[in-house]
Amino acid sequence: MSDVIYSINGPVVTVRHSRSFSMREMVYVGEKQLLGEVIRINTERTVIQVYESTTGLRPGEPVIGTGSLLNATLGPGMLKNIYDGIERPLLKIEEMQGAFIKEGKSVPSLDEEKKWDVTVVVKKGDHVHEGQIFATCPETKTIQHRSLIPIGINGTVVETVEDGAYTVNDTIITVKDDVTGQNHAITLKQQWPVRVPRPIGTRKPLFMPLITGQRVLDTMFPIAKGGSAALPGGFGAGKTMMQHSIAKFCDADIIIYVGCGERGNEMTQVLEEFGELKDPKTGNSLLDRTVLIANTSNMPVAAREASIYTGVTIAEYYRDMGYHVALMADSTSRWAEALREISGRLEEMPAEEGFPAYLPSRIAQFYERAGYGETKSGMDGSVSLIGAVSPQGGDFSEPVTQNTRRFVRCFWALDKNLAYARHYAAVNWNLSSSEYLDDLSSWYGEHVSRSFMTLRNEMVELLHEEDSLLEVVKLIGSDVLPEDQKLTLEIARVVRVGYLQQNAFHPDDMSVTLEKQFKMMNVISYLNRACRTKVEKHIPVSLIAKTGIFDKVIKMKFDVPNDHLELLDGYNEMIDAALDGIL
Amino acid sequence: MSVQLLGLDEIHGSLVALDHVKNVSNEEMVRIQLKDGSVRKGRVVAIEGEKAVIQVFEGTDGISLNNTRTQLLGHPMELGLSKEILGRTFNGVGDPIDGLGPVYAEKFEDVNGQPLNPVSRQYPRNYIQTGISSIDGLNTLIRGQKLPIFSGSGLPHDQLAIQIVRQAKLTGEDADNFCIVFGAMGVKNDVADLFRRSFEETGVMDNVVMYVNLSDDPIVERILTPRTALTAAEYLAYECGMNVLVILTDMTSYCEAVREFSSSNGEIPSRKGYPGYLYSDLACLYERAGIVKGGKGSVTQIPILTMPNDDITHPVPDLTGYITEGQIVLDRDLFMNHINPPVGILSSLSRLMKDGIGEGYTRKDHQDIANQLFACYAKVQDARSLASVIGEEELSPLDQKYMEFGRNFEKYFIGQSFTANRSMNETLNLGWALLSTLPKEALDRLDPALIEANYNPDHAWITIELIVKNEGDR
Repeated sequence: MSDVIYSINGPVVTVRHSRSFSMREMVYVGEKQLLGEVIRINTERTVIQVYESTTGLRPGEPVIGTGSLLNATLGPGMLKNIYDGIERPLLKIEEMQGAFIKEGKSVPSLDEEKKWDVTVVVKKGDHVHEGQIFATCPETKTIQHRSLIPIGINGTVVETVEDGAYTVNDTIITVKDDVTGQNHAITLKQQWPVRVPRPIGTRKPLFMPLITGQRVLDTMFPIAKGGSAALPGGFGAGKTMMQHSIAKFCDADIIIYVGCGERGNEMTQVLEEFGELKDPKTGNSLLDRTVLIANTSNMPVAAREASIYTGVTIAEYYRDMGYHVALMADSTSRWAEALREISGRLEEMPAEEGFPAYLPSRIAQFYERAGYGETKSGMDGSVSLIGAVSPQGGDFSEPVTQNTRRFVRCFWALDKNLAYARHYAAVNWNLSSSEYLDDLSSWYGEHVSRSFMTLRNEMVELLHEEDSLLEVVKLIGSDVLPEDQKLTLEIARVVRVGYLQQNAFHPDDMSVTLEKQFKMMNVISYLNRACRTKVEKHIPVSLIAKTGIFDKVIKMKFDVPNDHLELLDGYNEMIDAALDGIL
Repeated sequence: MSVQLLGLDEIHGSLVALDHVKNVSNEEMVRIQLKDGSVRKGRVVAIEGEKAVIQVFEGTDGISLNNTRTQLLGHPMELGLSKEILGRTFNGVGDPIDGLGPVYAEKFEDVNGQPLNPVSRQYPRNYIQTGISSIDGLNTLIRGQKLPIFSGSGLPHDQLAIQIVRQAKLTGEDADNFCIVFGAMGVKNDVADLFRRSFEETGVMDNVVMYVNLSDDPIVERILTPRTALTAAEYLAYECGMNVLVILTDMTSYCEAVREFSSSNGEIPSRKGYPGYLYSDLACLYERAGIVKGGKGSVTQIPILTMPNDDITHPVPDLTGYITEGQIVLDRDLFMNHINPPVGILSSLSRLMKDGIGEGYTRKDHQDIANQLFACYAKVQDARSLASVIGEEELSPLDQKYMEFGRNFEKYFIGQSFTANRSMNETLNLGWALLSTLPKEALDRLDPALIEANYNPDHAWITIELIVKNEGDR
């Protein structure tokens, strides 16, 4: 007896009296072959969540199992591409269906016609193991694609092809399995179930920062390569802007950008901007190192739920080739809402605010897929996860923010008030935190300067002091404060406006190297010390301010071009000169 | 001849269930004829074997288990469209209510629309001039944008919307190819009438399509109203190549209708009783704004919503803000001080502004002026909160200047009369004039060369008076 649709309710479809499906199996639903996934089975009913619009579906239409879990297809051709949440190539779909996305038969994720310039790196007779590199090809100008032996295959190479041009479906090598003795034909492409983490090899402790070029992150709240961070903020606080900046300027090899339930125009902007911008490391287009996944808010909700997993699976695949991958998910709240929506359709018992009780474990499973390790290919690779969170009403006590906070070690809280004052990046220094500081301080010591962390802590203390002083100022005004506290307020302003605030459109300020960050901190620290000596000699702060030295230091981020950092060394003398000029 | 089914098996709120139906498809339209001859429309929302659950648009009052004949129409909810809809008024499901007879349809479209492929979108870049300084100067509306107005009960959001409709002007080659789709959900009769009258008075009615669902009309129809309006807008934009401005009011009533429907369905509520899918539901409406690559037309949306108790964290404004590209927030304090339109500058934002202004669009110095005005006005707030504690006389001379600047800025820049239609140049010059009333050192976000060229304290008041002279009372 074939399996047919029994009931339809939104994206949830059931089949009655069937024993032919397995849990999380991918199925084709109806005559249009809509893609779906089995989410619940009992003897009475099999429940399927459909990834496309179910309008027009009828009971009695066939449901066909594929026998495999929801898979991502991995292989060359993913970079520069833009996919929806279940890895369907949107450019191909546009070619086939026009501007609007219609439901229907799936399109292969990778270009099956394109020939890749393959170099085979194993020989006949070699013993190969899972995750080992067997062939390479230039995927884009920037990135070499390293094809890996699929997980689960260990054996001896019995046949290879000559180096040359091959498609993703051509057999490159044949491996005789150690255990079964079977021959496996291995191509450039492979499948991996998206909900299962790919084995990493050996995990290593995190020690290297993911340099983002954003001062407030790199200096104050750094994230490690292989780490995870959450970026919570109400609407208009600048989450997306921040994610874009990190994606553009961070020093990862590969960027996976998942637009999960967000605006369509934003994805268009990413496509446009990344196509034009140059990768600072290689000079090639930024898109050459980027995979985009766009499941905008009006696309089917079930595919939104899958998009995060699709993204992280692709990230892990590139990690296994020995690359450092950074994944931005904008926004994980929309993903959590997709979970809630589907859970509601299944009539599951809700926990907090209608979210299902398994929300924390799902969030944990996702962030646990971050990590740094020696991969099975023998090279070091990492996946760093940066998830934006959109708390309802900007209230950080809601379940998604709270549960995310438990499972990430970097918390970059965006502040609406800073955003309203047009202070970008609007990361609130009092609410944010990074647990990677200790892990990374020795790296900073070796690669930037031993005093980097000392200077950082000095700034943090200043800002905390300012925070408590401002309470007083709010009540009585700043005029009554003693001179040294007035100076603290002035220097803290220099730190806030001159250092933490960054101009995302200024060519010299949109991204800043660690060296410039360090030198700028040095200048501010010197300014602080020099002014304190003056204040101790009873020179009022108002006189120091009149020299304009504070504003001069604030403007150094624009005045010193990135290719002339030595100019920053002259600032100490300038400060001395300005201060000595007072009377 | 299609089959007519006699009677029903269950009635619950606006839902009815029908058993022993064969060959029914999901979201299919049905026609329900009552014994008295009246006809209602409905839509299949769930199917369980041979049982179909149907949502009746006009409500289930007067329906019993055995006074109906139901006919399956074999297609999903579609809207008949042609260019003739311009100038007409319809109800929420697309039936004419202006007494001018039916529209001959050239094309039928599914009201739910289809998601626009992100790669087929064109990033919006050109602006729409509204003649309102607080919008043009600081929160510029961009063609293809969705920019909601967050208002409160009693605030003049309707006037603002009317002023925008009357004054909205495109620049560039296809400036004349412009029309308005107006969707009213659960508005009061006199509000709908106010809109109709002002469209007629200003002579734009020929370019307006109205979809009206009054506050005492059935809620299922209310849920459909924005969808029919947007389907019409998409048709006019993408098939007829027009630039369409869609005004949807009031989104709060729409969301309340969704909530009412959801709770009568027994769905699990999330925040404040709204269903968990409210975000996706709103996104499916708002995301229908945009421009298709290579096409001629565009859909720009101005949804209006009232924040219950002026609470911006209420689910409706909150979820809307997450989807739309900015927001224009009306401020009750400004309104109390007789500043009209009372646009709260600091909490308003147009996300697409930065790419649609400046050289080639508005004026080279636009972004700089806007940044400086924002920054100065933010300082005004600090000065005010200090003044409220220690009194204005005790403030430092600079802070007193800021207080003065704040008053003038609100009075002359934000405030403008209902009929004042300021050009972009006037708005920006007004900005410079107001900045010139501050000491030069306070302009910390501007390039010194730019200040040199435009900072002119002596002429500031002449410029201000020149611009606002003819605008009448404010």
